[in-house]
Formats: sequence, structure tokens, C-alpha cells
Amino acid sequence: MFAYLVRRLFLMLVTLFGISVVIFFLLRIVPGNIVDILFAAAGYVDPADKANLEKELGIDQPLVVQYWHWISGFLRGDFGYSYVSEKPALQEILPRIPITARLAGLALLFSASIGIPLGVISAVKQGTKLDYTLRVISLSGLSLPSFWLGLLILTASVSMFGQMPIFNPNPKTFLEAFATYAVPAAAVGFRSAALTMRITRSSMLEVLRQDYIRTARAKGASDASVNYHHALKNAILPVITVIGIEAAFLIGGLIVTETVFNIPGVARFLVEAIRWRDYPIVQNLVMFIAVVVVFANFTVDMLYAVFDPRIRFTD
Amino acid sequence: MRSVRALAAVAALSLLAVPTTTFAGEGKQGGVLRMYHRDSPANASIHEGATYSINVPFMGVFNNLVIYDQHIAQNSPDTLRPELAESWAWVNDNKTLTFKLRQGVKWHDGKPFTSADVKCTFDMLMGKSQQKFRQNPRKAWYSEVNDISTNGDFEVSFNLKRPQPSLLALLASGYTPVYPCHVSPGDMRTNPIGTGPFKFVEFKANESIKLVRNPDYWKKGRPYLDGIEYTIIPNRSTAILAFVAGKFDMTFPTHITIPLLKDLKSQAPNAVCAVEPTNVSTNIIVNSTAAPFDNIDIRRAMAMALDRKSFISIMFEGQGDAGGTMLPAPAGLWAMPKEMLESIPGYGPDVNKNREEAKKLMQKAGYGPDKHLAVKVSTRNLAEYRDPAVILIDQLKSIYIDGELDVVETANWFPKVARKDYMLGLNLTGNAVDDPDQSFYENYSCGSERNYTNYCNKEIEKLFDVQSQETDVKKRKQLVWDIDKKLQEDVARPIIFHARAGTCWQPYVKGITIMSNSSYNGFRYEDVWLDK
Repeated sequence: MFAYLVRRLFLMLVTLFGISVVIFFLLRIVPGNIVDILFAAAGYVDPADKANLEKELGIDQPLVVQYWHWISGFLRGDFGYSYVSEKPALQEILPRIPITARLAGLALLFSASIGIPLGVISAVKQGTKLDYTLRVISLSGLSLPSFWLGLLILTASVSMFGQMPIFNPNPKTFLEAFATYAVPAAAVGFRSAALTMRITRSSMLEVLRQDYIRTARAKGASDASVNYHHALKNAILPVITVIGIEAAFLIGGLIVTETVFNIPGVARFLVEAIRWRDYPIVQNLVMFIAVVVVFANFTVDMLYAVFDPRIRFTD
Repeated sequence: MRSVRALAAVAALSLLAVPTTTFAGEGKQGGVLRMYHRDSPANASIHEGATYSINVPFMGVFNNLVIYDQHIAQNSPDTLRPELAESWAWVNDNKTLTFKLRQGVKWHDGKPFTSADVKCTFDMLMGKSQQKFRQNPRKAWYSEVNDISTNGDFEVSFNLKRPQPSLLALLASGYTPVYPCHVSPGDMRTNPIGTGPFKFVEFKANESIKLVRNPDYWKKGRPYLDGIEYTIIPNRSTAILAFVAGKFDMTFPTHITIPLLKDLKSQAPNAVCAVEPTNVSTNIIVNSTAAPFDNIDIRRAMAMALDRKSFISIMFEGQGDAGGTMLPAPAGLWAMPKEMLESIPGYGPDVNKNREEAKKLMQKAGYGPDKHLAVKVSTRNLAEYRDPAVILIDQLKSIYIDGELDVVETANWFPKVARKDYMLGLNLTGNAVDDPDQSFYENYSCGSERNYTNYCNKEIEKLFDVQSQETDVKKRKQLVWDIDKKLQEDVARPIIFHARAGTCWQPYVKGITIMSNSSYNGFRYEDVWLDK
């Protein structure tokens, strides 16, 4: 197990290095840089002013030098300055992370707490009206883009209640804070919940047909015990995998949800930074996301061992 | 000369007029004006920007030497008011503009305002100081200014190469605040210090901008508001819904399109809304240095194929304006009379007739029903650019031109235009002030950085100078009309239409005036108050 852990950690470092190279060079392949955009916004191009600004920002240097400056700074904990706000990149990124983390956490919680039980019910009640209803709901969850769902929620709130669940930066109570995040989390988590439900259902159906389930029933175990103790425990592995992958994909959904609900999280901030070609922000933020994703996958792999005693990683 | 005296008289009268135009005692003190902002501006330095995304939130932090009356919608020489200057006078054969400055004014950090600050600001704008702006998009505005001289702490003179009555108009723009000498351009981008009614508190990119009342403001009893908070909401649907739900007191100025305005009014019937011209023209830039548009006949045919009324009907439900370079009347001060405009090829009301003539020109150039001309119509990847470009492509079909839309990301647009890597481009041109000098020199002068097409006509250039020096407004108008007509006939940058847009606010918001001939000059907000 220890050797496996070390090997996985080493692979993580190699992966992160590869990602850093890809992030850096992909960003430079995108046409235009911050200077082009600033001058485009000002509606004029002065070659001398442009050259001065490129020099000031260090983007006139060879790419390898720029990469070295970034990655060595990153390893030292020096994340540079945002080209746009001229504030330290870390100061710009850090306050936004908890916002997105809360939103993502709530969305995943919503996804798991709704998707897993409904998936189990749908599998157990296979072929009934309830099963069909739940499958239609899950299909709609997969089909509705989260930005559209978000806009529908906002429009409905305004026209029905005259209120709008828009982001409140200074909630006074826990309930207020929860409300600030709950609606957007539900909007973005709806798709994940639908996916989780479908995976849970199909996985459960497969497990419920196994011999040991029949044996458990023959031994007189209750439905609840069979479904949740014997079946779900074994059906949960693919669901965990999907939730792990969803955690990574959630960032895509969060970009639009943060935009629609005007939540000042990292996802929307990242898109804005890409729009401005704000390299220090984009590079560091994407690296941060990469680290989170790589660690999430690592955690999922470790959870496999916890949930399935057959997996021991001893080779 | 008589007109200069008249201007001086207006200036003197305006001094007397100040107390009556500030609505003393009418407003109620207190409250924070909540407004949404359409996007996150690059920084807080007005001088380094060329978008009203910067002007709107930060104009309240500063003062100008002179300013357009904030309660009169149409900016004109008659509505110029003193601000940091108490008075002004043209001397030395109208080649020197001298300002007497207001005493006792303090910067937000407590330091006193003096003539040195004025000199610093304009020296930096002219590129003559040690400190430089990272970007200086309006340097050309001061091309006729030789230098700035001071006489003591409270008198400053602009010494010109030749008379330029328009200089006052440029100085009154929201784009022309006075900056403090003791604060670097870099600090002004992140933490601006001004003398204005509101102090800068914070600017969180993509999140919010906060201003608070300046208790030491030199204009006693102002501002009424305790502060202004801008929440940055780039998604227009979310922003408008939030306004409807009462989260905001006011929409971002001129941010509501005409079709959306209907929706907004149906959902918030009590909202007060104003629709005004933005002084932003949608126009075509033509690469006349390469085939096929190096052929004047094809350029003319293209201009004659435009059905401006259709553009305006589709995009603004009829609430837009056709005109030349200068903003059309009644909002525009310098617009050609209707008869003169309609005498320009392509501007006549009979579109079919215009297009028949355009077809003849195309046939003369070798194109016809069996041989169409294939062109790419390049434009920025923004709705206000893309939508008219699509209509343009459709209209060009009628004269054997098959257009293909070439959508260009913002970052690549100006580099592409600068290297002449386009055939036709659909472009938007905003005018900071309704003034011929700003428009002509910036967009059509040989060598101007914003003259994207490199149109250069030495004869017209001479006329630019003639009108620029003319102090008699009537004579100047005639000159401006002739120039504008000639520019359209030369297909220098065919103007398709001038846009209008809406602004809404809750009924308890008082003292708001939306300017009718500029989108850049009306956001001091010192007289805005909340009646609740």
C-alpha cells in the first residue's frame, strides 16, 4: 500500500508538471495578449506604447524565460501580479476560492443526497410509474443546461415573488448564507444529481440481480437491509467514480452559474481572466484547479480501497 | 472674435447661473445609490481608458476645469459650466485660454489643489512629463496646445499654436478630469485620488466598485448621496432582473436596448426610463488599399446599397437615426440639414433607386447577376457588431456582393485592422463630445491612430483646420456640413446609423439627466438624491 501511495504521488507530480507546461503554452497560442486587449479597449494602437507595456509586463521575453519565471515563482509561492488589477494574484484568487468551494460542495452534496436515494428507489421500483417519473426527471436534468435553469429560476423568482436570489456578500445569519448558495447550488447540482441517479440506478439493477442478494433475501433479510446494506454498498463504487469526475466537471457548470447568479467566485473570475489574457491569474488558477482535480482522483482511488476490501494495491 | 467674446460672456453669465442650476435645497441628504455595472473596467484611471465603463463609476471621483451642465441633456457651448476653474478667458488673439482656478479645493488625501496639478495633468496627456500613462488614447486632443503655463497657484493658461474654440468642449468632457501631481499614474489606476464629490473606497474586479461621500467637497451641501455602489453584473438578463426585483436603484446608463426596454417596462411599470442617442455610430471601414475596394465605383456602390431605415427598424424598432459623421439632429448640434443629407448618394429615401444606380456601378466594375463579388465582412465578436454585420451582408446581396461573416475576437480586432487584414469591416465609433474637432481629427485625419482606414485627403484636412479655427458658430456649422458631406461622398467610412439606448431608474431617484449627445459626460452625480 505504501509503495502504491509513493508511486501515485510521484505520478501526480509528473502530471502536474505536464499540466503546467500545457497551460502555459496553450495560453500563449491563443491569439492576442493583455496589451492587445487594453489597446483594443482604448480603440487605438500605438506601437511605442505597446512595446513599453509589453516590456513592463515581461511578455516581450522569450517563452522559456517567461515559463521559468512563472514556475519558479509558483514553487516559491510567488504568484505574481494580475495584469489587470495590478494586485498580487494570490490576493485576487484566494478570497474567491471559498465562495466557489462552498458552491461546489453544496452542489455535490445536493447531487449525492438527491441522486443516490432516488437512484436506489428507481432501481428497486423498476418498471413502475415512480421509476418512469424519476427517469424523466433525471433525463430533463441531463438535458437542461444549467445557465438556462438558472435564468428560469431567477425569472420565476422575480415574477412570482418579486424577489431575486442574487448573491449576498455579507449574509447576517447562517440561514441567509445558506440561502445565498442553495439556489445556485441546486441549479448547478441538478445535472449532477440526474447523472448520479442514473448511474446509481443502473449499478443497483446490476447488483440486485446477483446471487448473494438472492441469498440475503432467502435468509429473510429485510428489503431495507438488502437494498441499502448489501446492494448499495457494492453498487456505490461507480457512483463514487462519477461523483469524483463530476467534481472536476463541476467547474464548467459553475462558470455559467456564477455568471447567471452573479456570484464572485473563481470560476467566473477565471473566464474574465482568460478574456483579458491575464496570464498570472489564469496560470495560477488553472494550476490550482489541476491540483484539486489530481488530488480528487487520488482520493477516489484511495476510497476504492476503503469501500472494496478486495482492492489492496499490494502489487 | 465676436464669438469668442460671446463665449467669454457666456462663461461670465454661467458663473452667475451656478447657484440656480444646482437646485440648492431641493435634494435630500443621505442614502447610497445602488447601480449595476455592465462589466469590470480595466482600471480606475479615466485618462487611460476609452470606454464609458470607466467614466460612469469614476467620474464622480474627479472634477474638470469646466464641465457640461449636468442637468441639461444636450451638451453645447452654452451649457459649459466652471468647475475647478472659476472663470476663463480667451486672450492673445484667441491663442491663449486662461483659467482662474478655485481656491480652497482639497484632494481626497487632504493636499491642496493648485495650478501645478493642472499643468501636470495636461503635460502628461501631451506626453511632455517624466511620468507616463500606460495608455494615452486622447493625446491627439491636445495637438494644438503648445504648452501649459502657470501664474501663481491659481491661474493656468493653455498656449495654443492657433485658435481652437473646441478646446473648451474637450476640456468639459468626462474624459478630461484633473489629476493630482503627487499621485503616480499607476496609483491612479488602482486607487484614484480626486477632488470630486465622491471618494474612492474600493474596486474589486468583477465584483463591485464603491464610492463614498466626500465630506470636504468644495461645493457646499453636495453631494446629496452618502455613496454609490456599483455591482458588476456582466450578464444583462441577470442585471435587468435584479433591477426589476428592486435590488438596484438604477440600470447602467444607456445599457438597455430598445427591445429589452419594453420587457423592462412591462415588469417594472413604475420605473422611469429615458431613451437617448449615444453618439456612437455604426459604420463600415473599407480597405481601399487592396482590390476590390481600391475601386471607388465599388466603394460607392456599396455605400449606395445601404437601406438605413431597415437597419434602424430591425435593431431599434425605429428608434435610431440616419446621418453623416456628426450626430443627427435634434440631439446633434452639428448635423447636416435633412435636405443636404438626402442629396448625398445613397441617402435618398428611394432605396430601390439607389440600388439600381449601385448595380450600374457594379456592372461598370465588371460584376453582375452572373458574376458576384465575394467579400469577407469582418467584425468584432460582440452582439452590437455582429447583428448589423449580418444585416449588411444581406443588403449587399442586392448589388451582386456575396458577403461572408468573419467574426474576430476583441483581442485581435485592432491588430487585424491595423495590418489591413480585412476587406470590409463593421465598426462602432463613439464620440466623447459632440464636436467636429474630436470627430474629424480622430477618425479622418491623415496619420491619426484612430483613422483605421488611413483615409487621407489633404484638401479635406485643410478644411478640418479651417472649421477648427472658426469662432463664428454659424459659419463653422456650414463648414462642418460641407466636410461631412464630402466625407460621405468619398466613402471614407460610410455611416450606417447612430444608435439610441435606454436608461431606467426607480421613481425615488432624483436629479438624473441622461445626456442626449454624449455617453461620456454626465456622471458626476453630485446632485442625485433619493426621495425615500
